[in-house]
Amino acid sequence: MDIEIDNVSKRFGTFTALNNVNLTVHPGELVALLGPSGSGKTTLLRIIAGMERPTSGRVLFGGQDLTGRSLRQRRVGFVFQHYALFRHMSVFENVAFGMRVKPRKQRPREKEIHERVMSLLSLVQLDPFAKRYPSQLSGGQRQRVALARALAIEPAVLLLDEPFGALDAKVRKELRRWLRELHDEMELTSLFVTHDQEEALELADRVVLMNNAVIEQVGTPQEVYDHPATSFAYEFLGHVNRFDCTVAEGKVAVCGGEIAVPAEGFNGDGKAIAYVRPHDIEIFNGAVMAGRPAVVRYLMAAGPVAKIELSFDDDGTFLEAEIGRAQLHALDLHVGQPVYVRARKARIFAAAGGMH
Amino acid sequence: MTTAATTLAVKPTTRGSLRKETILPGFGLTLGLTLFYLSLVVLLPLAALIAKASGMGFTGFIEAAFTPRALAAYRLSFGTAIVAAAIVSVVGLIIAWVLVRYQFPGKRLLDACVDLPFALPTAVAGIALAAIYAQNGWLGAPLAQLGIQIAFTPVGIIVALMFEGIPFVVRTVEPVLQDLDKEVEEAAASLGAGRIQTLLKVIVPTILPAILTGFALAFARGLGEYGSVIFIAGNLPMVSEIAPLLIIIKLEQFDYAGATAIATVVLLAGFIMLFVINWLQRWNKRRGT
Amino acid sequence: MAGGATSKSRIAASEPLWLRLLLIVLAVGFLTLIVLLPLAAVFAEALRQGIGAYFASFNDPDVLAAIRLTLLVAAIAVPLNTVFGVIASWVIAKFEFVGKSLLVTFIDLPFSVSPVVAGFIYVLVFGVHGWFGQWFVDQGVQIIFAVPGLVLATIFVTFPFVARELIPLMEEQGNEEEEAALSLGAGGLRTFLKVTLPNIKWGLLYGVLLCNARAMGEFGAVSVVSGHIRGETNTMPLYVEILYNEYNFVAAFAVASLLAMLALVTLVLKKMVEWRFGGASAVG
Repeated sequence: MDIEIDNVSKRFGTFTALNNVNLTVHPGELVALLGPSGSGKTTLLRIIAGMERPTSGRVLFGGQDLTGRSLRQRRVGFVFQHYALFRHMSVFENVAFGMRVKPRKQRPREKEIHERVMSLLSLVQLDPFAKRYPSQLSGGQRQRVALARALAIEPAVLLLDEPFGALDAKVRKELRRWLRELHDEMELTSLFVTHDQEEALELADRVVLMNNAVIEQVGTPQEVYDHPATSFAYEFLGHVNRFDCTVAEGKVAVCGGEIAVPAEGFNGDGKAIAYVRPHDIEIFNGAVMAGRPAVVRYLMAAGPVAKIELSFDDDGTFLEAEIGRAQLHALDLHVGQPVYVRARKARIFAAAGGMH
Repeated sequence: MTTAATTLAVKPTTRGSLRKETILPGFGLTLGLTLFYLSLVVLLPLAALIAKASGMGFTGFIEAAFTPRALAAYRLSFGTAIVAAAIVSVVGLIIAWVLVRYQFPGKRLLDACVDLPFALPTAVAGIALAAIYAQNGWLGAPLAQLGIQIAFTPVGIIVALMFEGIPFVVRTVEPVLQDLDKEVEEAAASLGAGRIQTLLKVIVPTILPAILTGFALAFARGLGEYGSVIFIAGNLPMVSEIAPLLIIIKLEQFDYAGATAIATVVLLAGFIMLFVINWLQRWNKRRGT
Repeated sequence: MAGGATSKSRIAASEPLWLRLLLIVLAVGFLTLIVLLPLAAVFAEALRQGIGAYFASFNDPDVLAAIRLTLLVAAIAVPLNTVFGVIASWVIAKFEFVGKSLLVTFIDLPFSVSPVVAGFIYVLVFGVHGWFGQWFVDQGVQIIFAVPGLVLATIFVTFPFVARELIPLMEEQGNEEEEAALSLGAGGLRTFLKVTLPNIKWGLLYGVLLCNARAMGEFGAVSVVSGHIRGETNTMPLYVEILYNEYNFVAAFAVASLLAMLALVTLVLKKMVEWRFGGASAVG
């Protein structure tokens, strides 16, 4: 089922949580709502679920306007950040809840409920824990109970609010892979909220990047990472070096290298900000054309990619570079070594309000 | 006295094994003073009652404690306390809910009202309730026109016990409602539960230990209550005479044995309630984590 | 998470307007009927025959004696229970020892004893036929049907108030600050006065307030040990009963109005303390 968010705004008093948001989610997609806290992503998720009413705008499921429908009529599976398990019920009863509260006529027979709950519990690998209570489970297990409970009402849409936020790193990775498989297997349309860019980029089909109540960019993980549409997108996704610079005659000098400014991004001359990814910084042992002298300050060579922190000789600004191990050996870098750096690629945005 | 003394004498030699080490001073002194004062003021007089009751012999005690008049008094005290506690459990839940969940003008005043029965002396509440529900009182007069009499009937006792019991329920349920996560209610709704279903299947079971604790506290208070009840009760033997009043009547008749026996029954009922309440509160605490 | 998700906007966790209003009306209605109306009745009945008759009620030497006696009893019982309440809280909150939960239960005991039984047990100990009654009679000291009996019964019923407030508060605060003070060279008493006491002062005040309100308003327990001797062993609540039973309603309610005002002052102070140390306190 596709989900359409049509011009949705939400205000709490004078605070604007969402400002004219438009988004279409296609059937079967796994979409991440990514942004810093306060960006409006959770509010958007709650509006889609029907837990909040938008101040204006509509939410459509499969072309049908659901704005006036309550949460219980929408039949969306919702997984809460802190799981919201019923603590007075066993794992089994938690999962069975959605079936037990159905109107008498639609309610499955006890035997059917039992079978469905047990099959869901085996899906989330918790069948031995059916009789336990939530307080007797680990965080990762609670999360899986919450998921099984949400799936028990056979939703077409699954919404997850910071699903891995409260888990430790190892469990998080495991659950992530497993959620992806589950999503594909059950042919769900899923949205999840996260503030962790790595999680969004790794897991989602498409990433919706939000900031300050608006959507900054929508695209596949590769699109948003390689071609950030805004300066916010650039800073939020991945490490980046940020330089103040000046554009003159369509060209800009960024950390030594002179770069032709892409015409579609920036017109005219003036003050600008340049973003350079650490892996787009080149390091040389000797002087090069358009290179800028710098000193190696710190080396982190554990792992496949070496991280190098440098500072420019002239103004002392720090920058970060990443180079492969082979290159590191070839350059034979050590702390305190004078080098030359150059930007291979940069993205230019006008400084303060100069975007066109 | 003797119990305190022996405990004190034993303590210094064994205290290393009896308590966890901390560098804070004053354990021996403060424990000793506490036990001394507690024994003098609370335990010794209570022991006197138990000793006196034991001295009566089993049959003597049973005969004095369970006369028809005493049985009627127990029934009345027990019955009115349980009805009043049941009513204030429901109403107290509503009041706690309103105080925790809603914003409205005058909320602070309502909140202060809840504590009034704790602060108002029972005798004052007693004569005020009697005045209101008397034949010519503010509520007694209109009710009399409808043919309903409250003062000088067991219903009057229930009204007085409701007054005394309401803060127990509200103040026990309130913090638990405050801690209740709204996400849990939203989870129930997202799974298709209606508001009433959510209330009955999710909210009430979650806060049930607190409601029961409040009920038990109000009931225990009702069992022993005296001051607020006697003015409105009518105090007719076999009809509207509560157990604590019967103790005083026996005492005024110099029937020490009768007073002792009835007081022992009332005391034991109070102890049983204390035990139940402690158990409920532990359950409540477990549920909270 | 996302900014101001206020409770009002959580539509799945709130009731329709009509239900909200109904519940508020029920709550307000019940409290008005059961709690506020009696309070109003006290003052209305006291002033039934005008302000002159109201003040004339206090012209009775027995009323003044009752007021004096009430103040005297509270002035003895409250400080004693305060000191021992603090001592008991210290030992319970700061130390772990065998039998601690039993001790806590014993401290709570008076709350579950009917006030009438509380008075009666003192008659059994100190009355003429009691354990020590004859001994005290030989010494020429009368306890039952005299002021010492009133004080003892009052101490019994107000015994748990201070410790009840302080134990959870002190447990929550832990031992670290005291241990720090000791490690810096402070002595035990100094540590208590300079570190512990400032931390618990609002809770202590709260407990003392409740203790005092109950001490001045106690009826059942003192009724048993008083003997109702006019001008001698009648506290205010007891004298209210006598006046009421003599159909002297204006005077009965006039004295009751003083007690009601005491309750109101206690409530206002209690609410102020609550704001200071935030959040409601344990049930008394």
